Amino acid sequence: MAQSLAKEFTKGLWAEIPPFRLVLGLCPTLAVTKTVENGIGMGLATTFVLVFSNLLISILRNIIPAKVRIACYIVIIATFVTIVELVMQAYTYPLFLKLGIFIPLIVVNCIVLGRAEAFASKNTPVFSVADGLGIGIGFTLSLASLGAVRELIGSGTITIWGGNPVFALGDWYQPFSFMVEAPGAFVALGLMLAGMNLIGKK
Amino acid sequence: MREMISMIVVLTLLASVSGGLLAAVKSGTELRIEEQILKFQKAPAIESLFTDVTNEPLKERFNIETQERTLQIFPAKLQDGSTAIAFETFGKGGYGGDIGLMVAINLDSDKLVGARVTTHAETPGLGSRAKDDPSFVSQFSGKPIDADLALKSDNGTIDAISGATVTSRAVARAAIQAQELYSKLKPEIQKQIQ
Repeated sequence: MAQSLAKEFTKGLWAEIPPFRLVLGLCPTLAVTKTVENGIGMGLATTFVLVFSNLLISILRNIIPAKVRIACYIVIIATFVTIVELVMQAYTYPLFLKLGIFIPLIVVNCIVLGRAEAFASKNTPVFSVADGLGIGIGFTLSLASLGAVRELIGSGTITIWGGNPVFALGDWYQPFSFMVEAPGAFVALGLMLAGMNLIGKK
Repeated sequence: MREMISMIVVLTLLASVSGGLLAAVKSGTELRIEEQILKFQKAPAIESLFTDVTNEPLKERFNIETQERTLQIFPAKLQDGSTAIAFETFGKGGYGGDIGLMVAINLDSDKLVGARVTTHAETPGLGSRAKDDPSFVSQFSGKPIDADLALKSDNGTIDAISGATVTSRAVARAAIQAQELYSKLKPEIQKQIQ
């Protein structure tokens, strides 16, 4: 089977971009994308977990007995999630407060377990890291773009990294706050999915 | 049989390596996390509890050893000349683990100045209102130290947040724990302040 490293990496960015193409990992996608900043933070945390759990699972793929593989994957994934949680508490505490409960919930994120089961358990470490990195970056981009749409319409600003927004629409814009609430997440995601399908069809 | 043993061995090894790694990361980040909690959780709580202090409670903090843990005390000199202290207790039994409550007590009048929720992992929009909605914790303000701070449904005096009784009960538990600690430690605290 001929595999190319670049192909495994780039499939996560468009062909198999998690929330839009696979419609996986919707819990954090809908819950934390109130702002671009939250989306990027959540995406990077998930990317870290994806890359390292893919790497470790791929290295151990011939040692892990098939019958307890899911338990082993969960132990590995939970370890990295806890590391992310501790590091975020130590260095980016305000962001940790905003993402709150959704950081520990990465453990049960379908994307992470899905890549472990579908890819890392059957491929070499190098390919697994490329796959994890691609899917992770694709996930980050999805969350950031969904966050951008919701934040721009919902509060008229774009916030990339803490503090003041890098872009604001000005006083003439009346924020449509429905978009930053939970139902707005579904509407925004649905519209973006429709847009993706429209482009993909051609 | 061999498969059985290999399953047990692999899982045990994985779990113990994971445990060791996490213990190392935790001890490596512990100090920094404590600093961050002081800066982003305790400091805002203390600032909103003591609005008219003439000293700096954060800088003058000191520790008192109790049987269970080290208690961090923040002393404050109020504008009217009285002295107050603030310290944090943890109420067991919230939905997402223990709930931290910063309780301020006036040393001269033995009355609660107020209380603020600090660290918690309650459900956003439900239990988290204990922290975000000030009307719940404001019930503690001005209560004497021997007041019954249990919830009304437990024959006490505190109204629970509707829809978040479990969270409210954990906060009330933290407040009661603060009362007990204060009654026990008051002489020692006064000695430390002077």
